[in-house]
Amino acid sequence: MTKANYGYKDGSGEYYITIDTDLCNSCGKCVEACPEGVLEMAEDELDPLGDEIIATVSTEHRKKIKYSCAPCKPGGELIKLPCVEACKPGAIEHSW
Amino acid sequence: MSNTESNKEYWRWTESRYTSPDIKWEGGDIISAGVDVGSVSTQAIVLVDGKIYCYSSMRTGSNSPDSANNAMDWALEGTGLTLDKIQFVVGTGYGRVNVPFAGRAITEIACHGRGANFIYGPEIRTVLDMGGQDCKAIRVDNRGKVTAFLMNDKCAAGTGRGMEVFADLLQVHINDVGEMSLKVEEEPEPVSSTCVVFAKSEAVGLLRKGWGKEKVLAAYCSAMAHRVVTLLMRLGIEEKFAITGGIAKNIGVVKRIEDELKIKAPKSSIDPQLAGAIGAALFGKALVEKQRKKS
Repeated sequence: MTKANYGYKDGSGEYYITIDTDLCNSCGKCVEACPEGVLEMAEDELDPLGDEIIATVSTEHRKKIKYSCAPCKPGGELIKLPCVEACKPGAIEHSW
Repeated sequence: MSNTESNKEYWRWTESRYTSPDIKWEGGDIISAGVDVGSVSTQAIVLVDGKIYCYSSMRTGSNSPDSANNAMDWALEGTGLTLDKIQFVVGTGYGRVNVPFAGRAITEIACHGRGANFIYGPEIRTVLDMGGQDCKAIRVDNRGKVTAFLMNDKCAAGTGRGMEVFADLLQVHINDVGEMSLKVEEEPEPVSSTCVVFAKSEAVGLLRKGWGKEKVLAAYCSAMAHRVVTLLMRLGIEEKFAITGGIAKNIGVVKRIEDELKIKAPKSSIDPQLAGAIGAALFGKALVEKQRKKS
């Protein structure tokens, strides 16, 4: 189990997307599913000696995921997130 | 106030360099180097067969490639070793993609994990890197490989830059901040703002209320400690626990983190600010070994 937490905490709350890099099977379906292009496939940052390409939160979005992910989180009722739904091994979690 | 006093740079920490008296690079099998271009400081380190040969630690300028070049030049000064004899250079840190002579850029998270493993030993499971501009909580296995991480890079609270602001405000040299903050009989309430800018205005108010420098520093150090402890709590702490980065040298913050966690962080003779560069150089060595296996 290797948990990569991307995101931040600010005055309004904690906003992290957690990707379990061991569970990720490199299929890339989450990247296709995300309407905002938050996710991308890249070399495993945590294991520079390995050659695996896995899902990650793109650096462009890491500091603003509260806003990037907002279209999928209208508030009130809980809806199924496209990235979480697309991930068959269940490697993606959102903290909020 | 005299002119010299008003021009004093209280935030300016001492730059340093070192060459090992026991190691000769000439006989080395693998010579690798790591350059950690951080937001505040840059370190360049050369390892000969995985042992520290020489290093430098200096302030990052406004230009990342220049900072990397300067740090490397200073590290190699007087050693007779030249860049072309180093088999692999890995760049890391905030400016990692701007190290002109690096063969590869690796994130500081992976490098700090590996570096802490080297500095404090394989029993380390949780690493807190308190850098110049961000703060990371990292979990590692017995080889220093990252198993989880969490970082806060949206805010300067809990970082070296925040401490520099306070050193400057209170006119206490940055090296003395930690010691001084412990010279209080009773621990004051931490400053309530975590934001450096707001914390500074709060401190100005406290000074006006008649608080001594020691007490204000204590209030700031404990606020900083509390902030990073919440980061660690979210990730989960497993012993042993170690701190890397420049703030690891500030006893006032370190002691308050230890008190809050009720865990002692080990000390080492190796400068904890070097962790990122050491990790990068160790990855450099591993990459040379990997290439050799292939050929």
